[in-house]
Amino acid sequence: MSKTVLKVDKLNMHYETLAGNVSAVRDVSFELKEGQSFGLVGESGCGKTSVAMSLLQLQADNAKISSGSIKLDGDEIVTKSEKELRKIRWKGISIVFQGAMNSWNPVVKIGEQIREAIREHFPNTTKIENTEKIQKLFDIVGLDHSIMERFPHELSGGMKQRAVIALALSCDPKVLIADEPTTALDVVIQDQILKEISKVQELLGLSLIYISHDIAVIAEMTSNMAVMYAGSIVEMGKTSEIFSNPKHAYTKLLLESTPSIVGEKKKLRSLDGEPPSLIGDIKGCTFSPRCPDPSDHCKNQTLEMKLIEVEKDHFVDQCCVKCV
Amino acid sequence: MDNSLNEKEIQKRVRREAIKRNWLLFRQSTLGMIGICIIFFFFILAILQPILFMTGVWDEGVYHPVVGYEELKVNLLVVECPDEYPTQKYESVGDCPGDGEITQRQIYNPNINPQVGDIHESLLQPSPPSSRHLLGTDSLGRDIFSQIMEGSQVAFILGLMSAIIGVSISTLLGTIAAFYGGRVDAYLMRQSDLVLMLPSLPFLFIVSAFAELKIWHLAVVLGVIGGLGGSVITIKSQALQVKVKPFVDSARITGGSNMKIIFSHILPNVAPLALLFMVFSVTGAIASESTLSFLGLLNIEMSWGIMIYLSQTDGYIFSGMAYWWLILPAGLAVTFLSGGFYLVGRGLDDVFNPRLRKR
Amino acid sequence: MPKNVIEIKNLEKYFEVNAGFLNRKKSIVKAVDNISFNIPIGESLGLVGQSGCGKTTTARTLCLLDQKTNGEVNYYNTETKEMENIDNLNDSELKKFRSNIQMIFQDPYESLNPRWTIKDIILEPLNIHNIGSLGDREEAVKEILTTVGLTPPENYMPRYPHELSGGQRQRVSIARTLIMKPKFVVCDEPTSMLDVSIRISIMDLMLNLAKDLEVSYLYITHDLAVARYMCNRIAVMFNGKIVEIAETEELLKNPVHPYTKRLISSIPVPDPQYERKEYDLNFDELDEIISNNPDTDMVDIGTDHFVATHDVKDILF
Repeated sequence: MSKTVLKVDKLNMHYETLAGNVSAVRDVSFELKEGQSFGLVGESGCGKTSVAMSLLQLQADNAKISSGSIKLDGDEIVTKSEKELRKIRWKGISIVFQGAMNSWNPVVKIGEQIREAIREHFPNTTKIENTEKIQKLFDIVGLDHSIMERFPHELSGGMKQRAVIALALSCDPKVLIADEPTTALDVVIQDQILKEISKVQELLGLSLIYISHDIAVIAEMTSNMAVMYAGSIVEMGKTSEIFSNPKHAYTKLLLESTPSIVGEKKKLRSLDGEPPSLIGDIKGCTFSPRCPDPSDHCKNQTLEMKLIEVEKDHFVDQCCVKCV
Repeated sequence: MDNSLNEKEIQKRVRREAIKRNWLLFRQSTLGMIGICIIFFFFILAILQPILFMTGVWDEGVYHPVVGYEELKVNLLVVECPDEYPTQKYESVGDCPGDGEITQRQIYNPNINPQVGDIHESLLQPSPPSSRHLLGTDSLGRDIFSQIMEGSQVAFILGLMSAIIGVSISTLLGTIAAFYGGRVDAYLMRQSDLVLMLPSLPFLFIVSAFAELKIWHLAVVLGVIGGLGGSVITIKSQALQVKVKPFVDSARITGGSNMKIIFSHILPNVAPLALLFMVFSVTGAIASESTLSFLGLLNIEMSWGIMIYLSQTDGYIFSGMAYWWLILPAGLAVTFLSGGFYLVGRGLDDVFNPRLRKR
Repeated sequence: MPKNVIEIKNLEKYFEVNAGFLNRKKSIVKAVDNISFNIPIGESLGLVGQSGCGKTTTARTLCLLDQKTNGEVNYYNTETKEMENIDNLNDSELKKFRSNIQMIFQDPYESLNPRWTIKDIILEPLNIHNIGSLGDREEAVKEILTTVGLTPPENYMPRYPHELSGGQRQRVSIARTLIMKPKFVVCDEPTSMLDVSIRISIMDLMLNLAKDLEVSYLYITHDLAVARYMCNRIAVMFNGKIVEIAETEELLKNPVHPYTKRLISSIPVPDPQYERKEYDLNFDELDEIISNNPDTDMVDIGTDHFVATHDVKDILF
């Protein structure tokens, strides 16, 4: 039984806006084990990036965690001060953002920017040691050593993204979060980057949280996954299990609405309507207004959302469990 | 019939919600709210004056800012200043004559021959603030408060007119430069550079030498100079950003002519920035007017700048706080009103530029 | 009666790039390098390739948003029922062209004028081409809004784009494009910026409209799976050239060109048990081969399946 590296328990986060409180993350709980790759899949606005930001306590000024706990190696993160958090970020958990390749400082060389990150966490290392470390990282992600002396605008999108991964690994983190790292990259380069990430994970024994809206990528990259809708997790379990035996209506729709280039060309289903507004108090199952086949208790919104274990390691929101 | 009613209702509701939302955003900016209050205050002043005249509260003969006249008299005792100091009454040379006293030599009238000990009736001009004249009178006996109100009218008219003229010109030129590019763009940019290089004040001197600068003339001149200057470049860059948006391509594919695209698609999206410029250029216009009036170049009857100009020519400007009501109200009015417009511009900036918002 | 809705022969679009001090050095970027294809009436062609391969430039040139450098483009004129050239169109012919060929854009947030109401946005084509009376036009707007699924239309007509979701905005774009009943619509990745679960509804809408109104699409995308769903034939573009063009299923089952093979092998499959066949490709080598052999004759390897050989059959295949 491998060790639990990250444990999120009933995390609730909301944004304070002019229109009211928007609950972005609602009662999210999951566990990440050592060396495991965990996928978080859902559409834009479902809260997956908010979860990622909460893990690093990098949320926006008007975002507040109202309740819940995040434990990294048993250590509670939510209550830490900014000073303590700075020690954890990048060393305990690090992240590859969406569009991170555009977050390089255009007037500083790549190598220098990575060294800056290392110096922050390991102030006593020499420049030579740091350079060697970066060279090793570049070898892992498949970049030439000369890239260290280049400026960001001289690199292609794929190279910049690989450098971002090197940057994320520079302080030997235990957990790596990848939030849509291949958006805006070509399919061929995406393929290369995904292979790099898998290789890195195996080599360094990292725990990986992979966030994406692309269910095909999640299928290939992760061993366990959770499906998010409107701020809550609606289904969670082993990736292979969920793909072969989906239980939640949203999961089923997600799988049936993804076109594929293999297999027979089949008629796909689609979803009508829009995600619900997350302002104010929300009662009952958030997905029932869009469920193509709701039963009575869905329409009456009597059940609160809660994950129930239907099979070993396979959790589904109780509303859909009652339907089946 | 039912359907169209629905549509109009929805449209009205949509518009009301948009205005409400923008107002809420604007309200969040304290600077903008302060600016609005200042402008509102001066606006009240501007419309108060004709109301007071019309309702008869103020007698035009006395309170008119240009031709009003109040003869305020004060009784002064004629004294003789001693050769040596200190005396019982006076400590030093500067103390003679004291309050309510006047020396024989100071009365410049050959017809009267005042003797020491006589009571001399003298015209009190300029008179300090009193119950009849809230801010006193100037050296010609005219009510200062009324002049401030008149100046407020002038400032609003001049400021808004020149701003509107200037912004119309720069928006049109900027959009045309962005849309057509090439030689048209190059020409307009060089023209803009030239106008930017022009030192505006000396240029205005020259113009005033050739033309009689009344309010309307000054508004047009200021508007044209402002409009052809740097704002063309900024609006052009905004128009360029709009030009490459897909909805402009979409309009072109639908078959829209160039004119239609410029006026129906690009201009409405450049309008917020243009509005911002307009508000800021009012500031400049008001300040320019007071500078030019101070230098005596304008042919306006009464404005804040004229008030300061008069106080200078009458020699009161370096009198320190002794005749403060001749200088301070006008000076503060210019500062506050142009500052008010600037603050409103800052508030509008928050509304139009989402990235600056505090959420 | 012609059988194609559009015919393209040897289309080229070059850009001059200024570089160097005082812009002395000028190099030429061949964004679209000698491509040819036809689209039969009632069929759709997918144009697949990576960003920068020239597919968007092709689209813009076809719609006369940018001027082509060389080549021949013939479109089907619904009035004369003949194939006509797009060169040297005078003003009235250009207008007629504009009502025959339309484009749907990728970004639902930027392809509608934020200051116009939905009603005005959809009315614009009718106003420009002066079709019908004012009352007729309003009726047409209501009708097309219902067709694209935005009902009741009166609720949507007075609204502004920012009040609608991405999917709804894209439906408005489709309504505006199809209200003129064009025969040929270029679609530039219309679903790539939409949520995954609503993409299918938009694509299904487009497929139904294609059947009902007899519209052909040139569907541009980087996602082969989407192209498979929408199109009868697929053309693969690489560096401005079409390297392979065939019927959809044929292309996916029997890819011939190395680039096509590499493309197909990189696409992730939504099935955890599926093992993707790996196919590696040295892009630098391919670039060199292509630049050394600029002649892009397409070879028919049977079953209506064309492949660019770059005259070096033995090295490539």
